[in-house]
Amino acid sequence: MGVAVHVEGLTKSFGSQNIWSDVTLTLPPGEISVMLGPSGTGKSVFLKSLVGLLKPERGSIVMSDTDIVSCSERDLYDVRRLFGVLFQDGALFGSMNLYDNIAFPLREHTKKSESEVRSIVMEKMDMVGLAGTEGKLPGEISGGMRKRAGIARALVLDPEVILFDEPDSGLDPVRVAYLNQLIVDLNAQIDATFLIVTHDIGTARTVPDNLGLLFRRHLAMFGPREQLLTSQEPVVRQFLNGRREGPIGMSEEKDVAQVEAEMAALEARGGDQHNGVGPKGASGGEAVPPQLEPSPGLPERKAVRRRQERVARMLHTYDPATADAIRASLPADLLALADSGSYAPTAAGGREWRTEDGAELVVPDPRGRP
Amino acid sequence: MTATPGEKPKAPGLLDGKLSPLRPLRASGNLFAFALDVIRAVFRRPFQLREFIQQTWFVASVTILPTALVAIPFGAVIALQLGSLTRQLGAQSFTGSASVLAVLREASPIVTALLIAGAGGSAICADLGARKIRDEIDAMEVLGISPIQRLVVPRVLASMLVAVLLNGLVSVVGVTGGYFFNVILQGGTPGAYLASFSALAQVQDFWSGEIKALIFGLIAGIVASYKGLRAGGGPKGVGDAVNQSVVITFLLLFAVNFVITAIYFQLVPPKGQ
Repeated sequence: MGVAVHVEGLTKSFGSQNIWSDVTLTLPPGEISVMLGPSGTGKSVFLKSLVGLLKPERGSIVMSDTDIVSCSERDLYDVRRLFGVLFQDGALFGSMNLYDNIAFPLREHTKKSESEVRSIVMEKMDMVGLAGTEGKLPGEISGGMRKRAGIARALVLDPEVILFDEPDSGLDPVRVAYLNQLIVDLNAQIDATFLIVTHDIGTARTVPDNLGLLFRRHLAMFGPREQLLTSQEPVVRQFLNGRREGPIGMSEEKDVAQVEAEMAALEARGGDQHNGVGPKGASGGEAVPPQLEPSPGLPERKAVRRRQERVARMLHTYDPATADAIRASLPADLLALADSGSYAPTAAGGREWRTEDGAELVVPDPRGRP
Repeated sequence: MTATPGEKPKAPGLLDGKLSPLRPLRASGNLFAFALDVIRAVFRRPFQLREFIQQTWFVASVTILPTALVAIPFGAVIALQLGSLTRQLGAQSFTGSASVLAVLREASPIVTALLIAGAGGSAICADLGARKIRDEIDAMEVLGISPIQRLVVPRVLASMLVAVLLNGLVSVVGVTGGYFFNVILQGGTPGAYLASFSALAQVQDFWSGEIKALIFGLIAGIVASYKGLRAGGGPKGVGDAVNQSVVITFLLLFAVNFVITAIYFQLVPPKGQ
């Protein structure tokens, strides 16, 4: 099972320019989370901060008892091995072929024999659907294949957390659909914690368990997918529906009067439901589409049940629309448990699934109850 | 950025923060910190032998031919200058020894420095810069591999080794070129030229040249790697980094050359005193 990543009060500036401040969120273990945000809101900076490539000024990023912001260089190199990162263009080493690229971390970090390396590399290449292309150089293959090779390289050290920086950028919609399915399949197979940074609303609506949105140098919202998909928050609505009407402007925020006028015009046309389809798969008003399932023949995602127990525990903290959407996704046993009130409320306004003293909650087994 | 009330909005200036007296200090401090990191990483195992050999071959292949081609006219110029100067002074018998001295002590380390910085350093800087902007360096760090240990140390050691070897090459080519121009073109006597070889020059001159070359190789390798790893802002950033690395290396090399020469004359007494 993947590990949780606790981000607390994180603030990052370049010189006098503040990128974002006071970002607090928890990536639940083994779940898929998506971070959205308009261009230039520092999503990639956030990703690089998570792996310690950039040092935020304040706050902490705790994972397996190590604070990535304040730990020593040596600890940082150790904790980084828990991470797998897919960079925007794969960031493959241009001078090596795909096989050597994927074998690189194994050869550097382990004393495995060349035949062991070979079997691991072949297994990972098979997992991402790249079998038979070992001898190709990164310059000779398409962008989609480069991303798959980048994922295979990120997988090779069996990471606990995998970060994807815009996996959809530069790909056609069909390849994005394949890549999304691959991400869900991988999650089912290795049960690591996933964080995807993207602009693609289709991905955001169907892939993740949790959604977050960065806007105006703050984390506007982070929570279960139902919370953001049903949210009435203007920024979230505007982003998920991919329209111009709303607080997000071309480069900076707009003034209030203009936003109000735009919103009135939008309502006059019939609101989001009648606004047609926006770019990047943005559509659907406040509907909560079904989540992608792993391909047939693969194991169930273990995170699904964990997440259901987590959100059932927090059910009372959400507004009615969100709670209804979550209820629709819960199995009967958890729903009964939540309604009977035997779930204790969690600390920190439901953001955490931990108890106040910090220990992980022991979920009573519903099947074992009378 | 939102303007705080009460604060007068200011137009952005061309020189915002660029005239701060701390800027050059911070830049040189960063360079020295980087150099210390590299020196510390030299002793960390495992040593990247494969990368070292590849890089040595690479730096050698981009520098050997230009160095030889530069060394021949360089030796010739020294021979021509000395040939006429010694004739004016009536010291023709010292032509050979003076030209050997000039080539060994100054010409060959300087030619080596120019080529190592201009050809080897710029190639190293461009290579690392291109990797940096393609996120390869970040990817390497995320995979838990230190780019300094994996990439920079082999390159710095390679440029040091190649500099030492090049210095030997330049010495031989320069002295041979000097002999050719003096004896064949200026009509000097071969016997006198050869006989006076060791009249002024001594073995220490050769060693000082090699030590200079070693240090020049170190500086060129470190500055090129430092600039390459800090390249940013796309392909133009790589070009800028290469440009800066060559300029900074030249400045440092000539300054260091002066210091080493001054120390040398304090430590090694000239022959015949």
